[in-house]
Amino acid sequence: MSVARRLARHRGALVGIVILAVLAVLALAAPWLSPRDPIRTAPRAALQAPGGAYWLGSDQLGRDVASRVLHGARISLTVGLISVSIAVGLGAPIGLVSGFYGGRLDALIMRVIDVLLAFPGILLALAIVSVLTPGLTNVMLAVGLSAVPTYARLVRATVLSARENLYVEAARALGSRDPAILRRDILPNVVAPLVVTATLGLGTAILAAAALSFLGLGSQPPQPEWGRMLSEGRDYLREAWWISTFPGLGIMLTVLGMNLLGDGLRDVLDPRLEA
Amino acid sequence: MLTWVLRRILAVVPVLFGVTLAVFSMLFLVPGDPVKMMLAEFVTTPDQIAQMRAQLHLDEPVLRQYGRFVASAARGDLGTSIRSRRPVTTEIGENAGSTAQLAVAAMLVAVALGVPLGLLAALARNSWLDVASMGTALLGVSMPSFWLGLLLIFVFSLHLAWFPATGGGDLPHLVLPSVTLGTIAAAIIARLTRSSMLEVLGQDYVRTARAKGLGGFAVVVRHALKNALIPIITIFGLQFGNLLAGAVIVETVFSRPGLGRLIVGGILSKDFPLVQGVVLFVATVYVLINVLVDVAYAYADPRIRFG
Repeated sequence: MSVARRLARHRGALVGIVILAVLAVLALAAPWLSPRDPIRTAPRAALQAPGGAYWLGSDQLGRDVASRVLHGARISLTVGLISVSIAVGLGAPIGLVSGFYGGRLDALIMRVIDVLLAFPGILLALAIVSVLTPGLTNVMLAVGLSAVPTYARLVRATVLSARENLYVEAARALGSRDPAILRRDILPNVVAPLVVTATLGLGTAILAAAALSFLGLGSQPPQPEWGRMLSEGRDYLREAWWISTFPGLGIMLTVLGMNLLGDGLRDVLDPRLEA
Repeated sequence: MLTWVLRRILAVVPVLFGVTLAVFSMLFLVPGDPVKMMLAEFVTTPDQIAQMRAQLHLDEPVLRQYGRFVASAARGDLGTSIRSRRPVTTEIGENAGSTAQLAVAAMLVAVALGVPLGLLAALARNSWLDVASMGTALLGVSMPSFWLGLLLIFVFSLHLAWFPATGGGDLPHLVLPSVTLGTIAAAIIARLTRSSMLEVLGQDYVRTARAKGLGGFAVVVRHALKNALIPIITIFGLQFGNLLAGAVIVETVFSRPGLGRLIVGGILSKDFPLVQGVVLFVATVYVLINVLVDVAYAYADPRIRFG
């Protein structure tokens, strides 16, 4: 059975795909679906409750929460995709080279990775952001770079075990060169675990980026970014719960979709890991 | 065993050196002049900039700067905060206790929620209970902690008025932050407990225990759970690190004093010595906790020691 068909039969993965598909459509169509301009303020219409003229209410500056949440989906999905691309784009080649060639280069790379993994969770991203100026681009850079060690280590481990396969030895005996062995015999083994980790990593990246913006280190006003909206709504929690509730729901649904799809992909692509 | 422990402890030394090197290099990664960036908000004369550069020893050769950085750090001197003009070590000392309290309380919440949830799911495998507990756990890992914190404040502070929303100090102030921070770790522990428990329940010794007539409870607790918890020890260290890092966010949500508030304030005001000091401190604590966890793991599982 093809991967796609098995995914379609996996209940969790299916739910994840549906959530993500809906979010992707909403994000892409945000400019047309939004009832109002997400950044235009209307002080006289501030703090309107959901329902009525504003489906999801309006914020302290009279901006439409629904429009801001829709545009926020665009930002969060883009930030997640770019961060993970940076992490995979740098981490995978490093892991590939390190695992395939081994030796001193591998030892050196692993020492550096050990050091980088000594900074737990969001701390590495915080350290990177601290030397840059706050802003969405630098958040993507920080979140992406801080995940490089994870991918490098994963790919290295997969390559190390793939290298031991008999068909690699056979290919070598037949005179294949390193690049050909890497491409034909090693890389296919790396794809499945990389796809699973990257899918789950999208959720982690979106969470981390929203957290940095929540802390005021990421997206700058008036950008309709979900983490930023949450921190702005924090001061109006008592009188206007909707300002922070809907962006939070957006983050959770997005990450939930990624986690469901990632777990499903793991079950489908690597039956050995199934719990 | 003793040599194994010693070797594990010695292996930390190069990592800690690497950590100091990474933290030290932060200043050199600043695009442009770090001193000008730090003093950006002040009106400065070239004299003052030169003075600041001398105060941070940035006018010396790089290698000597690094040597000085490591030597001072080893003595517990992490420099002086630019904003408060107080020693960074003092600032860390005043705030570390609050963060440690939060992380430990969150860990208790995580274990108290996560282990029973995972156990329940494993024992009732494929039932609605399993689906419901794992669904809850999945929601937990997908939940942004800053959102969960705001929801808890909304319900338990603003509406029910059971717990204070912000501040730190006593036990009531600790409840909501530690539940917020612990819930996410609980979800991860629940998922791991379930898969670890399922694996153990399939082992021969569990079948033997059942065959010799032991009741369900004795088998589950004495034979299965005890062994299923071993892998959970390993992620304990990892999770503790995540809790320390997660405290940065949770402390901001609840305006609770601690290392998290300290570092965020430091980053926002470009107080590099303070940021470097906190990063170095947290990473060092994290590395040392992981050594302790490894040693505990080796005691719990002889296969590690002799393997």
